[in-house]
Amino acid sequence: MEMYQYTATELSTMLKEKKCSAVEITKSVIDRIHAVEDKVKAFITVTEDVALQKAEEVDKKIANQQPISELAGIPIAIKDNICTKGVATTCASKMLEHFVPPYNATVIEKLNACDYVPIGKVNMDEFAMGSSTETSYFEKTKNPHDFNRVPGGSSGGSAACVGAGEAVLSLGSDTGGSIRLPASYCGVVGLKPTYSSVSRYGLVAFASSLDQIGPMGRSVSDVAMLYSAICGRDAHDATSAIREYPDFKANLNCDVKGKVIGIPKEYFGEGVSEVVRKNVMQVAKELEKNGAVLREISLPSTGYALSAYYIISSAEASSNLARFDGVKYGYRTAEYNSLIEMYEKTRSEGFGDEVKRRILLGTFVLSSGYYDAYYKRAKLLQQQTTKEFHQEFEKCDVILTPTAPDTAFKIGENINDPLKMYATDICTINVNIAGLPAISVPCGKDENHLPIGVQLIGPKFSEQTLLNTAFAYEQIVGGFSCIPELN
Amino acid sequence: MMDYEIVVGLEVHAELNTNSKIYCSCNNEFGLEVNSQCCPICMGMPGTLPTLNEQVVESAIRMGHALNCSINRICKQDRKNYFYPDLPKAYQISQFDIPLCENGYVDILVDGIEKRIGVTRIHIEEDAGKLLHSDTFDGSLVDFNRCGVPLIEIVSEPDIRSSTEAKAYLEAIKSILQYIDISDCKMQEGSIRCDVNVSVMKRGSNEFGTRVEMKNINSFSGAVHAIDYEANRQMEVLENGGVITQETRRWDDTAGKNVLLRSKEDAHDYRYFPEPDLLTIVLEEDYVNGLKQSIPELPNKKIMRFVKELGLLQADATSIVENIDKCRIFEDTLKAGNCSAKAVSNWVLGDISKIMNETNQPIEHTTKLTATKLAELIQTIESGKISNAAGKKVFEVILKEDKQVADIIKELGLEQISDQNALEQVVNTVMESNTKSIEDYKNGKTNALGFLTGQCMKATKGQGNPAKLKELILNYIQTH
Repeated sequence: MEMYQYTATELSTMLKEKKCSAVEITKSVIDRIHAVEDKVKAFITVTEDVALQKAEEVDKKIANQQPISELAGIPIAIKDNICTKGVATTCASKMLEHFVPPYNATVIEKLNACDYVPIGKVNMDEFAMGSSTETSYFEKTKNPHDFNRVPGGSSGGSAACVGAGEAVLSLGSDTGGSIRLPASYCGVVGLKPTYSSVSRYGLVAFASSLDQIGPMGRSVSDVAMLYSAICGRDAHDATSAIREYPDFKANLNCDVKGKVIGIPKEYFGEGVSEVVRKNVMQVAKELEKNGAVLREISLPSTGYALSAYYIISSAEASSNLARFDGVKYGYRTAEYNSLIEMYEKTRSEGFGDEVKRRILLGTFVLSSGYYDAYYKRAKLLQQQTTKEFHQEFEKCDVILTPTAPDTAFKIGENINDPLKMYATDICTINVNIAGLPAISVPCGKDENHLPIGVQLIGPKFSEQTLLNTAFAYEQIVGGFSCIPELN
Repeated sequence: MMDYEIVVGLEVHAELNTNSKIYCSCNNEFGLEVNSQCCPICMGMPGTLPTLNEQVVESAIRMGHALNCSINRICKQDRKNYFYPDLPKAYQISQFDIPLCENGYVDILVDGIEKRIGVTRIHIEEDAGKLLHSDTFDGSLVDFNRCGVPLIEIVSEPDIRSSTEAKAYLEAIKSILQYIDISDCKMQEGSIRCDVNVSVMKRGSNEFGTRVEMKNINSFSGAVHAIDYEANRQMEVLENGGVITQETRRWDDTAGKNVLLRSKEDAHDYRYFPEPDLLTIVLEEDYVNGLKQSIPELPNKKIMRFVKELGLLQADATSIVENIDKCRIFEDTLKAGNCSAKAVSNWVLGDISKIMNETNQPIEHTTKLTATKLAELIQTIESGKISNAAGKKVFEVILKEDKQVADIIKELGLEQISDQNALEQVVNTVMESNTKSIEDYKNGKTNALGFLTGQCMKATKGQGNPAKLKELILNYIQTH
């Protein structure tokens, strides 16, 4: 077995027991990148030299018997909308193609403190707007299980690189399902944490009230480990919660006896494929066999979520992306005769179609005369959705749903049909609307050998419960075999 | 021409004097090297987030108390979206529908008459940067030092009826900002600026005319000119059968006129929405009320008290209160000794003002004078120990040297002779050798008295108490 195939949990133990070195791990991952990246196209920037340098430092620490953290020496890929000091952070946009931040995101500072190995920056939908990673200005990332299919999005690079063995762990960001959908499509584990539990400082904002950075990996324990490293109060993010967090990995427990699993009927209706429904319900049955209690619940506002989401997220995006005006950093058009022309040409040329579509939509819904009809109503719906979840969580501990209505679609299949593309997020969006945590875990494959994902949703700050439930399922099925052959 | 009434509303922007900026930890300082006081946050770099400086909220609440506002203990911040190169995020964080303070008022004095001007609201927001233009380079450059400097915007009700009232209002606001020490109020540094809304209506009407907003007013006198100019322009338009359209005009102080900036159709749609990067501001009742205790007596109230209780002239009271440093030495001196307010006022507005107006600094900073010594000096004069003229000499020494008033008087030999016996002897001697003048006085030449007093003063080398001497001379004439 090659080093790159191990989980972070395994590698961490191997490092501590001196069964391997951080340089060996990193070299193995780099070799794997050299071998498969041509086909997968997960990366925008591979930082080989920095990675090896960091790995050497970790090995020195181990040699000097200095204490090291669990993540020390583990190659982690970072979504390219998370600012990395001195390394281009492009948001997969022409607008920021050459943007090199002079500061680190808080999560990067935290990972640095753990001596992680920064393997590179990975592809995504432009400014995280999309569900397939096809709106990237750079490459089209492929699903490691079928190169003709999308990896999901927007954190497609984060899911594909972990799924293909090009990184051991990765960070993604999730505004409407952007961690969970690609995790599901690529057969890996992805956690969208409670809004406010991970600092957003240094995450290039798409929709500030919904965005959340989260971990992706090939096992529940790996994801728990990475989540523990990045969560916590940050004085630089006013919206970050003031609270203490446990060691999620150390507290993992696969006992689900007496846990009540809510099954919302609205998530299994029309549009959800038969094989997805069957596999996801199979997860529920397995948990029931191990002592969990299943209960049907109802979340009646589910159908309106998509509309509310596109109004709120686009409104915030139209404002967040206004700073890309050609004045200070990023792309500026070559020729212009006035300030207005400079703005117009810069933004017309620098942004892709999907980004422009959302800026237009967001600008419209915030316009005077339309604000009450759209934005205000969407916010009311958000309150209603949150209330419904809150009520249902009085009856159950965890809600179980499919992560996506279907498995990965073909590249180009939905690109000209925005509404169909938006519908792939139908199961994940409500979680962001309500600020809740949710995890996507692999649960078998369809007839084309494409991974299916199950989503577990919990009340705010219930990550431990979600991880434990996911961990229980992982134990029942004997682990997830994530990395396909690719040769 | 018909008789019109002018209606004015003012929006005052004041930069707060907090140590750091409103949403980051950069220094809040004026006049430093271009782009030296900025960071990724106030420059709006991707991924950065604002965190609210609580000092800003405190300053704004204090201003709210000073202007008798109600404080919204739950309020929020909003984004005001527009593109301009000096606005790095392309939105300004401000407050839209729920300001920190609202429904207040300020009492001003116009020609001796008290008038109450309503204050609609006070909200907090961030300042933008500055564009730099020069002949030495093409295009424009941006200085981000001012980005994120905290501002409060104070919006008045349209209660102002003349440019004189507008000026009195602006001066009242400025001195209140200074008295509660939340703004430097330096007009030349742009730390206090205002926009003016003007409309006119036929006198006696209760329906306001269409208002026109004027921007780019950089001084109080500019505001007066701009209001008068705009009111006249509107009256002329109406007299010629025209209509006033709602628009924004730009005041050109050098040319003394305004020009159309944008019409109502071109007005910006700022697409305000709640700032998702910041939490709702929630204030404890005790905290808000506690800040009320920190509000000192305000300048407008001080003037009224000085007139009513201390018997000062309104003009003198205003002159003292207008300058916080003059007012402080005035009040401290009154506190330090048992002197008459009138005498202290004369000293402060006379010799002390002369020095302060030259140095533009508190008198204690440029001289060795203290309130205690001034009180001592005035008391000494008022008790008759030294003459007024001698007092001036002592004052000159106090300014330069750290000495006791009594010691200076001794050193300079300025002590006034008030001793009855000593003075009687002097008077007797002088009178005996000036019998002619006594005769003159008795024959109605009253100025002979002046001559006699002068002779007595000469005999005492100027140290005789003039009032007592006069009394003794008259007594001598009557008894001889």
